[in-house]
Amino acid sequence: MLELNPQSIAFFIFAAFTIGGGLGVATSRNLIHGALYLILSLFGGAGLFILLSAPFLAAAQILVYIGAIAILIIFAVMLTRSMTRLGEVYNRQWWLSALVGVGFFVLLVIGVILPVFGNLDPNAAPLDVGTTMDLGIALVDGNQFVLPFEVASVLLTAALIGAIVIARDRD
Amino acid sequence: MVPLWMYLLVAAALFCIGTYGVLSRRNAVAILMSVELMLTAVNINLIAFWRYLAPDNMAGQAFAAFVFVVAAAEAAVGLAIIIAVYRSRRSVIVEDVNLLKG
Amino acid sequence: MDLNLLLTDKNWLPWLIPVGPLLAFFIITLVTNRSRLVPATSHDYSGDGQHPAYPGLGVPVVTPAGRVISIIVGMSGIVMAWLISLRVVGNAFSIEDFGKKVMESAVTWLSTGTTTFEMGVLVDPLTTIMLIMVPLACTMIFIYAIGYAAHDPRQARFFALISLFAGAMLTLVVADNLLLLFVGWEVMGLCSYLLIGFWYEKPSAYKAAQKAFMTTRVADVIMLLGIVYLYASTGTLSFRDIVYNQEVLDALANTPAIIFGGISAASLIGVFLIIGTIGKSAQFPMHVWLPDAMEGPTPVSAMIHAAAMVSAGIYAIIRMYPLLEAGAHPHSGEFNAPLMLMAVVGSVTALFAATIAVAQNDVKKVLAYSTISQLGFMVAALGIGAYVAATFHLITHAFFKALLFMASGAVIHGMEHGHHHVAHAHGHGHDDHAHDHHDEHDVVHDHDEHGHPIAVAENQHGHGHAPAPAKQMVVASQMPGAFDPQDMMNMGGLSKTMPVTWITFLIGGLSLAGFPLITAGFWSKDEILLDGWVGLSEGFGPHALVFICLALAAFMTAFYTARQLSLTFLGEPRTPAAKHANLGMGAVSATMTLPLIILSVFAIFAGFVGVHPDFPLIGGLFSPNREIPFKEFLGGTLLVKPELVPFSIIAPLASFAVALGGLALGFWMYARKPLKAGQPDPMVAILGPVYPVLKNKYYFDELYTTVIVKPLQWFSREVAYVFLDKGVIDGFLHLTGRVFTWLGDIIKMLNMWLIDGVGDGVPELIQRFGGYFRRIQTGSVQQYMLIIALAALVIGIIFALSSGVLQASP
Repeated sequence: MLELNPQSIAFFIFAAFTIGGGLGVATSRNLIHGALYLILSLFGGAGLFILLSAPFLAAAQILVYIGAIAILIIFAVMLTRSMTRLGEVYNRQWWLSALVGVGFFVLLVIGVILPVFGNLDPNAAPLDVGTTMDLGIALVDGNQFVLPFEVASVLLTAALIGAIVIARDRD
Repeated sequence: MVPLWMYLLVAAALFCIGTYGVLSRRNAVAILMSVELMLTAVNINLIAFWRYLAPDNMAGQAFAAFVFVVAAAEAAVGLAIIIAVYRSRRSVIVEDVNLLKG
Repeated sequence: MDLNLLLTDKNWLPWLIPVGPLLAFFIITLVTNRSRLVPATSHDYSGDGQHPAYPGLGVPVVTPAGRVISIIVGMSGIVMAWLISLRVVGNAFSIEDFGKKVMESAVTWLSTGTTTFEMGVLVDPLTTIMLIMVPLACTMIFIYAIGYAAHDPRQARFFALISLFAGAMLTLVVADNLLLLFVGWEVMGLCSYLLIGFWYEKPSAYKAAQKAFMTTRVADVIMLLGIVYLYASTGTLSFRDIVYNQEVLDALANTPAIIFGGISAASLIGVFLIIGTIGKSAQFPMHVWLPDAMEGPTPVSAMIHAAAMVSAGIYAIIRMYPLLEAGAHPHSGEFNAPLMLMAVVGSVTALFAATIAVAQNDVKKVLAYSTISQLGFMVAALGIGAYVAATFHLITHAFFKALLFMASGAVIHGMEHGHHHVAHAHGHGHDDHAHDHHDEHDVVHDHDEHGHPIAVAENQHGHGHAPAPAKQMVVASQMPGAFDPQDMMNMGGLSKTMPVTWITFLIGGLSLAGFPLITAGFWSKDEILLDGWVGLSEGFGPHALVFICLALAAFMTAFYTARQLSLTFLGEPRTPAAKHANLGMGAVSATMTLPLIILSVFAIFAGFVGVHPDFPLIGGLFSPNREIPFKEFLGGTLLVKPELVPFSIIAPLASFAVALGGLALGFWMYARKPLKAGQPDPMVAILGPVYPVLKNKYYFDELYTTVIVKPLQWFSREVAYVFLDKGVIDGFLHLTGRVFTWLGDIIKMLNMWLIDGVGDGVPELIQRFGGYFRRIQTGSVQQYMLIIALAALVIGIIFALSSGVLQASP
């Protein structure tokens, strides 16, 4: 049903990175390992973005997520060092949470993904797609996303100031 | 090309793993990491739909970019809160932070 | 949106009405409300280094400049809103055939796939009438608050909150759709919570705030359900598209409801909306919050009871009336569920609250119950299809009730002055630093029979009277039986010391009682009774119920008004405080009396726009062309103008009889031989065992505690705590064991019941799970999220199963 070509092989590799990394994050006892798994998973995500012809977002994923957020998390792990290894990784409700997670997955797959999108012909996907330049124009176009774009920058500024205020040592 | 549903499958799996992590981990940093997983899953979904269903409308990619922004903001504020809590309570275990208890 | 449009196009002008107060709220909150926390023993306070109103507490004190600027900002906001409203009203009167043509404008609020949701403003005749009343009453309340709260350390905060309140009310009035109305509605709910609990140092105030918030919240959720159902079945929430569109109304009236088969979708939505109003306008059985809301400062009471919150509830059902009425013809005796609900709830409330008001001694509580009762009049009037009469009564009631509340605030204010005067003349007479703090109360010098330097007393209480309840709390905790400036038994004879308040209170009171011919209250009540009588004479049951209940309630209204007037103002002062009660002189008292005078003008003349043309002698004078001007104007709101109700002499005769009879009986009992100090209320003897029942408001608070609060706690303990937290989450093996234990327990319990009787078993069961309730709030956010996720999963599964995608899967 699926022909093996370089693209699909790359998809499976990246998908495996993504999901494997995710499982690592959710299960690792040592948080440093968890953060490294997170990087692996985000990297897999970036690969999927490239396969989906969104190179700008893939680059942003590497720069923003791996370059900034993951590093931030590693910092946080180190700052709260005494807590990186805990006796108990999970709380009391872990089995119910697992049930919810699996339940959602099953629901999504057999309830939404397969029935709605399962029969979509993969080759019907248009070949000519918007480029990074189109994205750039859309983000600053007065008729498209310039307002959300500006609001997003304000949000980011506010969040950064807020983070500094919250984390600052008052003594 | 790889069919759309396989991307969606990956995204759904990642999202559910993230949900599981958020609901079950005790360490607040681990919860935050799981939230990042969920956001990535959302992004994969957004871009996959954009690519297969509406590739000439840039709304899909623009949305994903905004999700990045929100994720960065969330990580910054979330980690700041974790550090502040750690400083005052010497703990990043969410069960220890139960001031909402009635 | 082009900003120039706002100023040039009259369709866009209404957008600006709520802007002023809302802007004032933000400016005051963010900029001018600059305060610093002054510690409890600072010498910044006069005299003994304690804040007079909050002894022993550090108080954030707004700087004098901040206070003045806040007042200016707040006043500018509301005055701006008022002026723009006047302009809009002027525009409205200049439109030909107003009603068919209206002023409206809207912007796209959000696009949901293929449809868009529009947000906008609408000015039709009903809105115009509200725009005459609301900004005027609000402006008066603001002016009054300048003086009333002049010595409160949080006056800036007070102005911010009432500005937000006024802004929300104006938003609600100009809204063109139910969602925007609901937004204003909820913001007002929040404001009422903040304002009722304004003196949050006082436990009864914050408890009252919570009670008001929770009670109205229950109703609001049900109302939201109605709004959602309406949107789901019509795809729009715009008033014009729903209530001014016969097709939509017919369609809704002919669709059966999804639940409660047998009534139409329109009726079900109507019932939901009415429940929202029952909460907001404090109708039976959700009236319990309103009397407690008297804990707030008096301008707030006036705002809640007259201009804003409770009017909003009535306004909402008046606005949606065509929907409530869809499929029924009350004028020919065909009723549907919402109309019946309104008729019954309104009549019961009107009568029931009036009986309680008879036995209250607190000057504000009497007015609170009277408000509940008068709102019952409006709801009942809507229930029998008296659309115009209900609106008319809403307007006149707003004027005279705002007047009464502010006048009663002036009375309380004066009583506190008198009390401070007396207390300090005796207590701190020899306190020697403070001759430098003369304020506006110099007039009391004349009454000082002890010859002590009064300036000392003045200085002591110069800052203290506005937030007196906070002081009372402290005082009351020290000595039982502290002086209550709101108790009418402590008053008497105030007509001599507070003449302006007496005259205006008298005007408001007579209007409330429906004193014939010259007061606004008479004309609006008369119109409701006329509608009821006409229906009754044709033999319609609901009309008969409404007519009889309302006539009785009107009689009692007149009676308790006479009682209140006599107890407060007539006879001899019953306490020294009453003897020295006054508002003082100067700017403070001027800002308090000016609104009273203006409102009393409206309390008299507002009624003359609604005189029936067939009324003997004067009908033709006020209503030429055989049309009631008010009805003629308001009728444009509806698709079909309501018909003129045929005149019948019985109704005005009944109005005459109940108003004059009640007043006469009241004055006969209380004014002929005024009560002396310490003399019991003659009512106690006359009513006998009924009196405590009325006095305690039919024990409704107690009933709710026993019937709702306690069982809920019990349920939460057993199901939520024991089952969810302990049972499910500790593991299901555990649960299985527990189930068997339970079974054993239950069998044991049955055994005990059979042997020891029910009396032993039930209390034990309750006690066993006692104390667990609060633990349902584990504080664990993850547990909350888990429950949310579980619920989402279940909803998703149901959705997937019912939509049939599962069957279609490959």
